[in-house]
Amino acid sequence: MIHNFLQMLSYPFLINALIVGILVSLCASLLGVSLVLKRYSMIGNSLSHVGFAALAVAYAMNAAPLTLAIPVCVIAAFLLLRMKESSKLKGDAATALLCSGALAVGVMTISITSGMNTDVCNYMFGSILAMSESDVRLSIILSIGVLVLYVIFYNKIFAVTFDETFAKATGTSSNLYNMLIALLTAVTVVLGMRIMGTLLISSLIIFPSLSAMRICKRFFTVVICSAIFSIICFVAGIYFSFLYSTPTGASIVIADIILFFILAGFEKIKER
Amino acid sequence: MSLINCKNVSFSYEGRTVISNLNFEVEKGQFVCIIGENGAGKSTLIKGILQLKNPSSGSIFLGDGLKEKQIGYLSQQTIVQRDFPASVFEVVLSGRLNNQGFLPFYKKSDKDYAKKQLEFLEIGDLKNRCYRELSGGQQQRVLLARALCAGRKLLVLDEPVTGLDPVMSAEMYRLIEKLNKKEDRTIIMVSHDIKEAVVYATHILHLGKGQLFYGLKDDYIKSEVGKFFLGGRMNDT
Repeated sequence: MIHNFLQMLSYPFLINALIVGILVSLCASLLGVSLVLKRYSMIGNSLSHVGFAALAVAYAMNAAPLTLAIPVCVIAAFLLLRMKESSKLKGDAATALLCSGALAVGVMTISITSGMNTDVCNYMFGSILAMSESDVRLSIILSIGVLVLYVIFYNKIFAVTFDETFAKATGTSSNLYNMLIALLTAVTVVLGMRIMGTLLISSLIIFPSLSAMRICKRFFTVVICSAIFSIICFVAGIYFSFLYSTPTGASIVIADIILFFILAGFEKIKER
Repeated sequence: MSLINCKNVSFSYEGRTVISNLNFEVEKGQFVCIIGENGAGKSTLIKGILQLKNPSSGSIFLGDGLKEKQIGYLSQQTIVQRDFPASVFEVVLSGRLNNQGFLPFYKKSDKDYAKKQLEFLEIGDLKNRCYRELSGGQQQRVLLARALCAGRKLLVLDEPVTGLDPVMSAEMYRLIEKLNKKEDRTIIMVSHDIKEAVVYATHILHLGKGQLFYGLKDDYIKSEVGKFFLGGRMNDT
């Protein structure tokens, strides 16, 4: 096993994928705890669809993919929060709307420019070959930025997640920190969707935190466990996909699913 | 100078006036109970006092050293909170956030203060328990401790005994009274239970299409409004 693992590390593109993937899983799992608890689980999904559209347009215009997709996703995240607050479009409807709308725009752009081909498949389900050197560098810088911001504002993020009204009444600007969470999520989603794929990236946000919530009783331990689970599943998934040439994104999600069910079973047994 | 001074305050939602012409002052050490039917504008007034909603006319002045965002607030529980994976201490400590400034972490004094509030509410032993595993009454006390952490002078309690059984409610009222009498904290409490309110409060603010009554509890009991509502309620039971 160690031999296989070392062999895997001899491929530079795999090392890149591992580094970026671990950083992104870390960000996604930390943010995921807040998103799941705030009932915003689907935000990652709709952001990734917007990201897909943005990437498609970026390729069509020959622009750098990440530099276009990140700002577009950030704007979409802000819009999504706004839509959730307004009473006219209810939360889940707004999310669904953005999801399918963006997907349609993306597919349309691709079919007009390059035609439907394997590229689309890569977008949808991810590919570890998709990252260029500059993408890797940008991903590393941005995900470290996300991590640092998360740590600095950890206490505030906790307060806003637990009780928005109380936080607002005592002077912590809920809107500001909701925006921050949305911003960090948008960046994380765009960074991760190249490896995980548009359709699978939201699992990186949701699964680890749900798994951690099965067994942890403190917010802090939920966050830490979520991060650990996320990294373990990511590495396990990539390793499995290397050994048996399975799709990377799907392998990682399946590792997440297995862990979730193990922990859910564990919780059931403990409750008895 | 009074802690809170409401002058000709009105609130409206999307152009529709919910409540108008509120005039009252809350002094230090008072225990004010806001009562009124559903939709009388109790929660709206609370939002106004907490500066979460601006009055459509008139203004609310804070005085006597009471700072904005330094009001301890006990809100009604949301569904999200009921099964939230956090320890009691994490929840209570988050009340100190308005004291934290730009520091990313809590100081030791914050932690000590939070511990003291837990002790005062007689739930020191729950400190490391998981919030979602507590009973409704215990959760409510934890949230009260958090409110104490946020504000020294004024506590605003929004229906603090909703969903609690009679024993728990009595316990909760006892603690609130202890806070008022022993710690000299000013309390503004919203309640729909007029009979309970009259027992514990020093002052009553009765809302219903405006301000029906504001003043001392004893005057309220003797007043026309008070007689009518208390009488009505007592005949019900």
